[in-house]
Parts: sequence; structure tokens; C-alpha cells
Amino acid sequence: MDVNEVLLPGVGLRYEFTNHEGERIGVVALRSGDFEVVVYGDDPDEARPVFRLNEDEAEALAQILGAPRIAERFADLSREVPGLSSGWVRIPEGSPFAGRLLGETRARTRTGASVVAIVRDDEVVASPGPDRLLRSGDVLVVIGTDEGIAGVNRILQG
Amino acid sequence: MHVSVALLLELGLVLAVLSLLGTLARRLTLSPIPLYLLVGLALGEGSVLPLPAAGEFVGAAATIGLVLLLLALGLEFSIAEFTVGMRRHVPSAGVDFVLNALPGAAAGLLLGLDAVGVLALAGATFVSSSGIIARLLADLRRLGNRETSAVLSVLVLEDFAMAAFLPVLAVLASGGTWWQAVAGVLIAVGAVLAAFVASYRWGHHIGRLVSHPDAEQLMLRLLGITLVVAALAEYVHASAAVGAFLVGLTLTGETAERGRAVIAPLRDLFAAVFFVAIGLSVDPAELPPVLPAALALAVVTAFTKVLTGRYAASRDGVGRRGRLRAGTALIARGEFSIVIVGLAGVGQPILAPLVAAYVFLLATAGPFITRFTGTTSARPAV
Repeated sequence: MDVNEVLLPGVGLRYEFTNHEGERIGVVALRSGDFEVVVYGDDPDEARPVFRLNEDEAEALAQILGAPRIAERFADLSREVPGLSSGWVRIPEGSPFAGRLLGETRARTRTGASVVAIVRDDEVVASPGPDRLLRSGDVLVVIGTDEGIAGVNRILQG
Repeated sequence: MHVSVALLLELGLVLAVLSLLGTLARRLTLSPIPLYLLVGLALGEGSVLPLPAAGEFVGAAATIGLVLLLLALGLEFSIAEFTVGMRRHVPSAGVDFVLNALPGAAAGLLLGLDAVGVLALAGATFVSSSGIIARLLADLRRLGNRETSAVLSVLVLEDFAMAAFLPVLAVLASGGTWWQAVAGVLIAVGAVLAAFVASYRWGHHIGRLVSHPDAEQLMLRLLGITLVVAALAEYVHASAAVGAFLVGLTLTGETAERGRAVIAPLRDLFAAVFFVAIGLSVDPAELPPVLPAALALAVVTAFTKVLTGRYAASRDGVGRRGRLRAGTALIARGEFSIVIVGLAGVGQPILAPLVAAYVFLLATAGPFITRFTGTTSARPAV
């Protein structure tokens, strides 16, 4: 599915996609944390407002829509590939790699495990590139063998 | 400690009146800025209700209001949004500048203003009010519309243009020569670039200097640094407003987000006082002679903003009605035009009443016009 992202300077972001019934749907993510969901009628330029959500309501809705599916996917993944697991590694205060690039850790070369996401506060960076800057307090989502994940943890502890 | 009863009473009454008028304006999805100007006008010297005790405080608070307005603007700003705006809408910004600054400059020449006055008037007609318009688009539930990103991009580029324009104006208004103005601009542009590089490369370090988990500490540090930088900028004649804007630009990410939250109530209070103070500085007797000029200028530049918005929206492939919505949305002028008068006002007798009347007209008419144009159906008032 194609999701089109439009920047609204000073206000937030708008995501647009067309569902299987051919309806064009827009989700405006405001900087304040609120969301507005709209649909486009005959005029593709003019949105018809559907509802607004504050931060808590959006969070609840996201969990209703997303949580079961994410759990399913992880279960599928570990079932399909025996020996593969995922883990979380936190970059501690004073880690030698806090303030350096992900690529500089050479984690995959040294352990075989991949960093598939970085969680920073509430923000998730999916499939981060080697030029991504690490900070202390970041949580890395690592996929690999158990030894590999432990290896990444050792590297980041210094 | 001596408590001035008169000061407390006057301030309290003014704030109560502002809150009443603000509520009324919000009911009608209008901006409260024109009403704040009116309050100032009603309170000024030679008017019905002078403010003998609170005058001095209002003057000082207005300066802080100016600084906080610009700080908040800098905090809003993100490099990513600016570069996206640059990539798609530089021609729109060019059209915007030519169509909207020239009428102001021409009017300035016709009215016999000096160079500073002409420049200030051109700036006042050029810059739309990002505050009024961003809020208006949300109130009218237009954030989902396709033309909205074009409108907001134009506003971001205008705000950025102000970072170069305000120091020029400030230097020239303080009696500097043209080469001092050029030096002022170079310093300001250099400082903007330095602030960009700093926020890009070391933003999180600078953030750490200000940031603190405690909201009170964050506010004190942010205010302290901003006021010191603003004072230094004023000292080198680059304008306190620009200094505050730079501090805002330098802070990014989480610090900027939390900074916006702690500054917002202060900015609302002091900015309201700033608008009142501009109204105060206008003698009601000066208004009638400039009204025809203000009205003519408002009509012409409302029309040129519609053209600007239509052009910008057409670059994003928006249809006819959407282009009209974009154009009318941009009509409102507001806080920046008033900031410009605040910088240039001294020694410009007709500028302040003219721009105050002009902003009053367009800040009121703009939201009304855009509400009723380019929509398929009459929307329920939100």
C-alpha cells in the first residue's frame, strides 16, 4: 500500500492513502500530538473532516488497530526461522558509542545481529542507516541469535 | 514592599477586558489581535480612558512581548520544513514578495514617507500573519486540504525572510547609514547561518545547556539566555527581535518542543500587552486622515495575496477552488506587520496609525473572506 506523506510546515504531517474500496483517506498528525482524520470526496483537494483525536485517544486507537498485528508478526517471524530472536539493548550513560554513528559500532560485522529499529523517547526510527547518530538512553531493537544480541549489548556497554 | 493599588487595578481591568474580547473573537473564529489594538487605542493619551499608573509597565512588557513573539517563532521553525518549502516554493516566495511588497512601497512613496517608512510599509504589506492563518486553517478544518501545504510553505518562507528584513529595518530606523545596515544584515545572516550550523551539528549540546527536566528551570534558562542574546543584538543595532529569533532557531527537537510549551502562556500574555501598546502609541485623532489610504492599501494587497496563494497552490497541482481557498487564506496580516511598526515607529508620524488601521482591516476581513470562499457546502461553524 502506498502512503503519501505531505509536510505541513509549522503544523505537522499529513498521511494520505486509498483504501481497498477506493476511498481516499487522510490523517493529519499535528505537532501538538492531536490527530485529525479526513476523507476526500469528489473534489480531491477538499477534505471532509471525519473526527479529531487527542493524544490519548490516538494512542488507544493505534493500539486497537496495531497491537494484535505486531504481536502476530513477531510470532510468525520466530516460528519461521528457528534460532532467531529479537531483543532490546539500551545505550547506557557513558557508552563509548553515545554521540557516535550506528555504523561505527560495526555491530553486524562483529556479531551477525542487525539493528532493525531505534527507540528514542516516544519516537521509533525503523531500519536506521549506518549514519544514524546514537545517544545515551536510545533503545536499539536487535534481531539475531541470542549470542549475537548479547554481543551487541557488550559492544555498546564498552 | 509598596503595592501600587492603581497599577494592579488598571492592569487587572485591562486583562479582563482583553479576555472578554478574546473570547468573543474566538467565538466568531476571528483573531483577537485587531481587538487588542482597539483596546490600546481606547486607552491611549488623549482618549477616553488614560492609564496613568500602568503606562510604564505596559512599555516594558511590550518589549518583552516583542522578544517572546520572535523566540516562539524561532522555536516553531525546523530546518527540514524550511528545506522542503525552499525546494518547492521559492518561485512562490518571489511572486509573494513582488506582488505584496511593491504596493506597500508605492503607497509609502505616494504618502511622502522617508526611506525607512517606505521600507517598513513594504514589509508590513508583504508579510502575512502565520499565527492567524495557521490557527484559522485548523479552525476551518482545512488541514486535510491539498492547498494547505502550499499556504504553510509560503508562510514559512515569509517568516524566514523577516530574519533578514528586520535587522535592516532596525539599523536604518535607529539612524544608521546604508553601510551600517548592510553590515547589520551581514551580521544577522551570518548569525542565522551560524545558528543553523550550530543547531544542525551541536543542537543537542546547546539543547542540553537550556534543557532541564524541571519545567520551571527550563523556562528560566530559556528566558534568561533569550533576553541576554536579545540585549546583545540590540547593542550591535541588529534588533533584539532578531536576537530572540536566533535563539529560537538554535534550539531543536525535544528542547524546542518543551520550550514552546513553557513559553506559550508567557508569550500570550506579553504579546497581548505588546499589541495593546502599539494601539496606545497611536493617537485616535491621527486615524481618520489615514483611513482612506489604509483601506485602499488593504483592498489592493488583499487582492495581490489572493494571486500569490493561487500561484503557490497551482504549483502543487491544486484545482481552481483550492487555489482560491489558498489565496484568500493568505490575506490576513497581523503580528509581524505590527512588529515592523514597533521597530520603525519612532520618528514615523503616520506609519503607526496607518499600519494599525491596515492590520485591523485585514486581520478582521481575511478570516471572514476565506471562510466563505472556495468551499462546496456551507460548513457548520466550529
